[in-house]
Amino acid sequence: MYKDETHQHMHGYGIYILVWLGLLILTGTTVAVAGIDFGALTIATALLIAAVKSYLVLTIFMHLRIEQKVFRIFLVVAIFFFVISIVLLFADYSFLTNL
Amino acid sequence: MTTEQHTIGHVHRDDIGSRMGMWLFLFTELLLFGGMFFLYSVYRFMNVEAFHVAAKELNTLIGCFNTAILLTSSLTMALSITAIQKDNKNLSIFFQVVTIVLALGFMVNKYFEWTAKIDHGLFPGSETMLGLEQGEILFFGLYYVMTGLHGLHVIIGAVLIGVMTRLTIKGVINKDSFVKLESAGLYWHLVDIIWIFLFPLFYLIT
Repeated sequence: MYKDETHQHMHGYGIYILVWLGLLILTGTTVAVAGIDFGALTIATALLIAAVKSYLVLTIFMHLRIEQKVFRIFLVVAIFFFVISIVLLFADYSFLTNL
Repeated sequence: MTTEQHTIGHVHRDDIGSRMGMWLFLFTELLLFGGMFFLYSVYRFMNVEAFHVAAKELNTLIGCFNTAILLTSSLTMALSITAIQKDNKNLSIFFQVVTIVLALGFMVNKYFEWTAKIDHGLFPGSETMLGLEQGEILFFGLYYVMTGLHGLHVIIGAVLIGVMTRLTIKGVINKDSFVKLESAGLYWHLVDIIWIFLFPLFYLIT
């Protein structure tokens, strides 16, 4: 039973190399874009590219795409609470500075 | 005894449980680094200009180079798992060794980067540092703590992969049982993801 499940769990070499190329291109993009000033959007762009890169690493390199669904649910819950913390932190912070 | 015979005949394994345990551990790492990213974001918000000025001191080229090294090491780590799944033991060992070499390369770069900073007198508590603006001191403090903690993770990861290489050579990790290698891989990819965020936030904000 376990054997079958482990054997299901597999990627070929090709997809990893594609993802790696994608990650390198995204790194190049983030460096190139960093020189341009988008104002407040500059950080947002950098974080967006980093998020896309993380998504690729999580789904392919870390096998989340072929892993059981419960792993993805776990991760979504963890990220959800992480985002809540940072939103509340900034909400709190902006009220404090207005005092 | 029937139970004993049972244990000998059927070694209990729960690969999914093992991987899930690893993921739960990775979530605690998210909190560890997450706390620092919170600190970074608030201090940066308070000291926008100072962070920009201070970040000019960082060597973007070394940062880019280290990013490429770490991404490639993630690739070789992933490839080593596919290799063992395809019963190609030597190829898997080769990829694991390449991963370790790349990890060491990352640390060598980090060594040169830090020594250059320290030679310029930029280290916590130094006179040069104390002469800087408050925001710049905060930036360098965060830089040392966050890249330092990340570097520590790189070292731990490299040691961990080294242990896995030994287990692969001994045949403990093989085509039918490679969850240990997978878990070490998960840890290694997490280290990569943390760097994916550290890199633009420290090196690319000039």
